[in-house]
Amino acid sequence: MAVVLILVLIVVGSVLFHVLSPWWWTPIASNWTYIDSTLVITFWITGIVFVAVVSFMAYCVFRFRHKPGNRAAYEPENRRLELLLGGGTAVGVAAMLAPGLVVWNQFITVPDDAVPVEVVSQQWLWSFRLPGVDGKLGRAETRDVSPENPLGLNKNDASGLDDVIIEGGELHLPVGKPVRILLRSIDVLHDFYVPEFRAKMDMIPGMITYFWFTPTRTGSFEILCAELCGIGHAQMRGTVVVEEAADYQTWLGQQQTFTQLMASGEPRPAN
Amino acid sequence: MVEIPSGSAGAIPSAEVEDVELYHPKSWWTKYVFSQDAKIIAVQYSVTAISIGLVALVLSWLMRLQLAFPGYFAFIDADHYYQFITMHGMIMVIYLLTALFLGGFGNYLIPLMVGARDMVFPYANMLSYWIYLLAVLILAAGFFAPGGPTGAGWTLYPPQAVLSGTPGGKDWGILLMLSSLIVFIIGFTLGGLNYVVTVLQGRARGMTLMRMPLTVWGIFTATVMALLAFPALFVACVMMLFDRLLGTSFFMPAIVEMGEQLQHGGGSPILFQHLFWFFGHPEVYIVALPAFGIVSDLISTHARKNIFGYRMMVWAIVIIGALSFIVWAHHMYVSGMNPAFGFFFATTTLIIAIPTAIKVYNWVLTLWRGDIHLTLPMLFALAFIVTFVNGGLTGLFLGNVVVDVPLSDTMFVVAHFHMVMGVAPILVIFGAICHWYPKVTGRMLNETLGQIHFWTTFLGTYAIFFPMHYLGLLGVPRRYFEMGETAFVPPSAHTLNIFITVMALIVGAAQMVFLFNLVWSLFRGREAGGNPWRATTLEWQTPQTPPAHGNWGKELPVVYRWAYDYSVPGAAEDFIPQTVPADGGVTREVPA
Repeated sequence: MAVVLILVLIVVGSVLFHVLSPWWWTPIASNWTYIDSTLVITFWITGIVFVAVVSFMAYCVFRFRHKPGNRAAYEPENRRLELLLGGGTAVGVAAMLAPGLVVWNQFITVPDDAVPVEVVSQQWLWSFRLPGVDGKLGRAETRDVSPENPLGLNKNDASGLDDVIIEGGELHLPVGKPVRILLRSIDVLHDFYVPEFRAKMDMIPGMITYFWFTPTRTGSFEILCAELCGIGHAQMRGTVVVEEAADYQTWLGQQQTFTQLMASGEPRPAN
Repeated sequence: MVEIPSGSAGAIPSAEVEDVELYHPKSWWTKYVFSQDAKIIAVQYSVTAISIGLVALVLSWLMRLQLAFPGYFAFIDADHYYQFITMHGMIMVIYLLTALFLGGFGNYLIPLMVGARDMVFPYANMLSYWIYLLAVLILAAGFFAPGGPTGAGWTLYPPQAVLSGTPGGKDWGILLMLSSLIVFIIGFTLGGLNYVVTVLQGRARGMTLMRMPLTVWGIFTATVMALLAFPALFVACVMMLFDRLLGTSFFMPAIVEMGEQLQHGGGSPILFQHLFWFFGHPEVYIVALPAFGIVSDLISTHARKNIFGYRMMVWAIVIIGALSFIVWAHHMYVSGMNPAFGFFFATTTLIIAIPTAIKVYNWVLTLWRGDIHLTLPMLFALAFIVTFVNGGLTGLFLGNVVVDVPLSDTMFVVAHFHMVMGVAPILVIFGAICHWYPKVTGRMLNETLGQIHFWTTFLGTYAIFFPMHYLGLLGVPRRYFEMGETAFVPPSAHTLNIFITVMALIVGAAQMVFLFNLVWSLFRGREAGGNPWRATTLEWQTPQTPPAHGNWGKELPVVYRWAYDYSVPGAAEDFIPQTVPADGGVTREVPA
């Protein structure tokens, strides 16, 4: 009987924990509410299955536990029941997969008006690059990285000269404008992760990866690295500030461009 | 379609299997140390695996102490923390779970359950163990090498695995890890070929494939998968060794490390991830399928009822095994691979849930109208179902590509895989040890100690990993040496971390009770007799217990029926061993 009781307690306890626990996702600050919705659908379907299976087990142990003189039934197969259960599972799986794939399609389809923003990672520092007045980011390569040119911009590419370079500082974004985050690493794998935005993506040296989102509320959000990148992994933090368009323009005006950076010739502080 | 074997007269044993001449050991050394007896090799594998597993257990304590009390233990710095998590993960997945299920249970059970005298290549089998032991020693050498073991995470992702920002990256750590894996795979291949050939060629008369116990089906399928999957890891290790030692650039693009341009270029870090997970995902099922098979037999035997839907169970094992080779990139949804792959891999991954769910249904339907004996093996089987269902269902979050995006690389993943491929298979291992210990030693385990260990382990691990999912949902990343001050993490999350650590210490301590029970019962346990569980399968029908070298005395067993004739209507006993001829039990029709 203790077994039955504990199985029931596991079901009830798990459900209560889910409902009452203070640990839930952070308030969202991007357009990806669909991701949250898909997650909630998944919680419902999987929750019902968990409760059903464990409750059924508890009932079986209660009803069919050994008593002297008992004898089990002999039933090798029941094709109808097996097909029914398999079919039901397929329906449940489809109910989770279909909305998931629809939202994934949105996730990987970048809108045309999304502004490119580059995030460059290295052990253990975040840097950023925004397009200048031409709206384009210039070419950049790991081979061109040097103390004077920390993000490895190609000096011969005119479209890069007006790019805004932020080394190790805060990234600011205007609220309500879709951004295409372009991710580049110059040493090892990192992952640009802001829990409030829901989206994250690895950064791979030698490749440019991306995701997109629209910031939906103003505020200051912490950037974490979500891909193990060596002993400084947990300390690799940054800040992204989402603000109104006017504030954003003011901030943008105070940043230095690639040309200014080259002209200043300041030796880069050691990280 | 193959018919379910039955006691009816139609199923007369077919091909004659030639009896084999075994190597007869001449000294204590060749009998117990350099033994060619699969049963001794099984015990050697198991003892070695459990020993190195204890190291992993201690490492988990240390990492949990750091997470609950950051900064309190001076000797746990970031270097050590990452070394602990790396070694814990690799030891548990490869050197404990894989080795114990295939090398331990595979060696002991395959020959006995299919009615063979031994593995078909006993000498290669012996080599397999000694090479495995060498791999374990190389791995453990990392702890004593300059710079310590690698701290690259058990996934060993380059470039960081071979660079100086990672513990052991430029020292011995990563070299020893890669070498150890290469040696392990060589040893496993020798053993694995043995298991496959023994199942295909060494079965007793009448033991058709569709009469084999599901334990053998699970171990057999897992071994075939391992033989196909491990080579991907093997080449990945060799290539990374070349990158590290010879300056090649398989996985190394142009890199500026700490302000210095490295002499690498053109390689692809993501290629390693594909190779790693092409091995790594089947690996999950290499561990799970033997557990699926074993737990089916535990439930059937201790519920005194045939396993429900045997044919479906066999096909589910085979289908899961096949599908698991086309789902690997669900570990890489946010890796930066072409995002269009997400559609394919999410679909295949969620399809694999269907045969897996059918297995769960068939386990609980075996309980339905059974005669459930709440023995230790049955308790572990029930605990396995709860844990596995929980961990399997959270897999549907992570497999569904867009739901994975916020959850990947968080504690949700850690909680999920510990439930589904950590705790669940280990609960089966405990159940299986309780079930077969009487055959291996001739004595029963102590029931009271067993109950203490069972309840602490089952409820303790659930209390550790169930709440952990919610830390991940909150956004707490995995592989963080310390959270520090993070705005979105409330102080209550830290309280939960302390709770989890306390539970982990308790669960770890409970394993000492189990080990004590193993040793104590060896000398003081109740005499078991040959078939204490009144089971049908061949290993319980040996002339001696523990079975002697050669297993079967003069005559090999002959098999007349499937492995699940429990509570057959009209039979005198509630079980009919596979060796009982049609007229010795009861005649009945082939089930529809």
